[in-house]
Amino acid sequence: MELVQTLAVILDSTIRLSIPLLCAALAGLWSERSGVVDIGLEGKMLIAAFASAAVAHHSGSAWTGLGAGMLAAVALALVHGFSAITWRGNQIVSGVAINMLAAGLTVILGNAWYGQGGRTPTLEGPARFAELDLPLAGTLKEVPVIGPIYDIAISGHAAPVYLAVLALVLTAFTLKHTRFGLRLRAVGENPAAVDTAGVSVAGLRYAAVVICGALCGLGGSYLAVSQSAGFLPQMTAGKGFIALAAVIFANWRPVPVLFACLLFGLLEAIAIRLQGVVLPGIGQVPVQAIQALPYVMTVVLLAGFIGKATPPKASGLPYVKER
Amino acid sequence: MTDAPPPAIALIGISKAFGPVKANKDVSLAVAAGSIHGIVGENGAGKSTLMSILYGFYEADAGEIRVRGEPRRIRSSSDAIAAGIGMVHQHFMLVEPLSVVENIVLGAEGGALLKRGIARARAELARLSQEYGLAIDPDAIVGELSVGLQQRVEVLKALYRGAQVLILDEPTAVLTPAEADQLFELLRALKAQGKTVILITHKLREIMAVTDRVSVMRRGEMVAHVETNRTSPAELAEAMVGRRVLLRVEKAPRKRGAPVLEAAGLSVVDERGCETLRDASLTLHEGEIVGIAGVAGNGQSELLDVLAGLTQPTRGVIRLGGTILGTAERNPAHLRRLGLMHIPEDRQRTGLVTAFTAAENAILGYQDDPAFGPGPFLSPARIERHARAAMQDYDVRPLDPDLKTAKFSGGNQQKIVLAREIERAPKVLLVGQPTRGVDIGAIEFIHRRLIALRDAGVAILLVSVELEEVMALSDRILALCGGRITGEREAAATDERDLGLLMAGVSERAA
Repeated sequence: MELVQTLAVILDSTIRLSIPLLCAALAGLWSERSGVVDIGLEGKMLIAAFASAAVAHHSGSAWTGLGAGMLAAVALALVHGFSAITWRGNQIVSGVAINMLAAGLTVILGNAWYGQGGRTPTLEGPARFAELDLPLAGTLKEVPVIGPIYDIAISGHAAPVYLAVLALVLTAFTLKHTRFGLRLRAVGENPAAVDTAGVSVAGLRYAAVVICGALCGLGGSYLAVSQSAGFLPQMTAGKGFIALAAVIFANWRPVPVLFACLLFGLLEAIAIRLQGVVLPGIGQVPVQAIQALPYVMTVVLLAGFIGKATPPKASGLPYVKER
Repeated sequence: MTDAPPPAIALIGISKAFGPVKANKDVSLAVAAGSIHGIVGENGAGKSTLMSILYGFYEADAGEIRVRGEPRRIRSSSDAIAAGIGMVHQHFMLVEPLSVVENIVLGAEGGALLKRGIARARAELARLSQEYGLAIDPDAIVGELSVGLQQRVEVLKALYRGAQVLILDEPTAVLTPAEADQLFELLRALKAQGKTVILITHKLREIMAVTDRVSVMRRGEMVAHVETNRTSPAELAEAMVGRRVLLRVEKAPRKRGAPVLEAAGLSVVDERGCETLRDASLTLHEGEIVGIAGVAGNGQSELLDVLAGLTQPTRGVIRLGGTILGTAERNPAHLRRLGLMHIPEDRQRTGLVTAFTAAENAILGYQDDPAFGPGPFLSPARIERHARAAMQDYDVRPLDPDLKTAKFSGGNQQKIVLAREIERAPKVLLVGQPTRGVDIGAIEFIHRRLIALRDAGVAILLVSVELEEVMALSDRILALCGGRITGEREAAATDERDLGLLMAGVSERAA
């Protein structure tokens, strides 16, 4: 029983920690499947975190904050789209620019508005997402194994967590079973084929970029308005890049993306639990070493454990009509 | 003008320019409904541009398109599809990781959800398979299919969209002969069903085999429309190559020396298993220019590549200066040291690194020469001095060794390549398309240089799609057709007609 409890608690924090990664990774997946490489996931999450925290503070509504966060991220995504699609600019450069812009802008605005070293004021009450109890959580609590897992790990998360799971399901379904999904998959592989089939390449890519922005917005807002109670400078802490790693690790497919994100979330959860714990034979591991674990694993997984990652063939390439 | 059916496609006065290049000049064309219409012309004659305009990939600068007598504006591929025009591009427009049926429905899914459209496409595929004998597995992944089957998917894609007019751009360029024959069967079946087919090619054999009418393009213009059964490959070849004013090249009679480069029984099989060069034998003597005449794509490039050591022959022997070259010796660097220089056909892809400066390009391939710097180092000053001298000698304009090569005109780029290879005092010089895309002044200059080199005792092999150039420069001419040497003539004892027959593969006239 004790073990089940512990596992349920670890699973619970794994889910919490995976959600921002999942949002960002799905965002990256949409963008890259359409042929637009986006290393600006990090920046878009960061700006969303800031915008959502600020707006949630002023409006007193977490939902309004989420909306603002998503809008801010979509706006940045459109900047990237404009540069990458309309002007056929270098997508890496544009992505780096967005990351730098977000990192600087959030701190400067935060300082100017609130004077708390870049932080936004602490969110309280309805300005923060409450934890939702799923139906029957209390009733099922006593059922062995399933009960505690359902009660502790599955139930009791904030709304954005369930929205992210919904986004995953919708992404998988849309890509596989809809016209839009088919065209999107095609445009990232061979835009000329889509063009000659009479479908707008730019239209599809803009749509993907907007979806990418919205999902980054969800992830960033979750960080600031649900996981924390406000914005902290650099609070995304490289999650946008870990998400990119997850996308590659999952070979640009939605369901494997979920497992990749859960794996990274689990590493983070373990890292948190290991802090201060004395390991037999090793002694107490320095906090820094443990905190570095997810990042080290990212490098190791990317370098060694992925067999053949085959990105969409046209990703990163602006579409120019030519023959 | 009574009730004769209007042509399926009529193009009237189409013009299209890309910057200063006029790809189509006032081109008109009428394609009868229910016929197979061939469009022939050499590479760069404007055939593909014209069809891209018809398919809405480009918009014409001037002119009108009529479909079944109705004027249509075709500004995008979807307009073309709506007008009942389908196209099989030379480079397939397929999404390789997707399945056949997904590729078929792309852009014509018939609803936001795929399920119904896919089911309908499956049924339609089954019907088309029966009707035209186009069997294909709808769930196969396109990237795993053979090239012939991929082309079949392209045809099915067009038919699925209800194409009444099907354009095929160089469809046999990627096919084996057997696959090509299958394709022709299919085209005849389409015609029998009342569809109209436009076939773009530069292979005359195909035109003669399958078309009803044929139009000839040359340098962006339509130069002839004829009934296929009233013409001959020789006549078409002549129309394609064109009778232009002969470039006059002054040259003294050759002083033929000893044989330097001898090739016997050279064959090349490419990665698709096609034999692109068959049993070719030739001998180059000191002090003569041997020209290769042939319609583009008949084995000239392969011959040059094999002799220059860029590809290995599947059979055959090459002797340089009397000694047989082993496999290890047949590489460009070694051959250069032995005095065999090569001016490649495509200067921008093979001859130069266009992002480099003229000075850097002037030492490409010879960068290890101690004259350009000690040991592993390069001396920019020496390289620049060397380039400046060469550019002066070859009248390259502007005389700026630090300018990126891409900024020079075609003629001046060609002179940079020429200077680089010629100044090394070659014994044998292989020259591909020396004057393609080069202005008249530079052509003269290049011709004079080549003649001077021959008079100095160099053996030159000249490959050119310009028949006039081959005739004007060569002392001896070999004709290539389908990878085979179909005849040999002394330049003084032949004419365009005679060569045209050899290039078309019409067998050697009785000696």
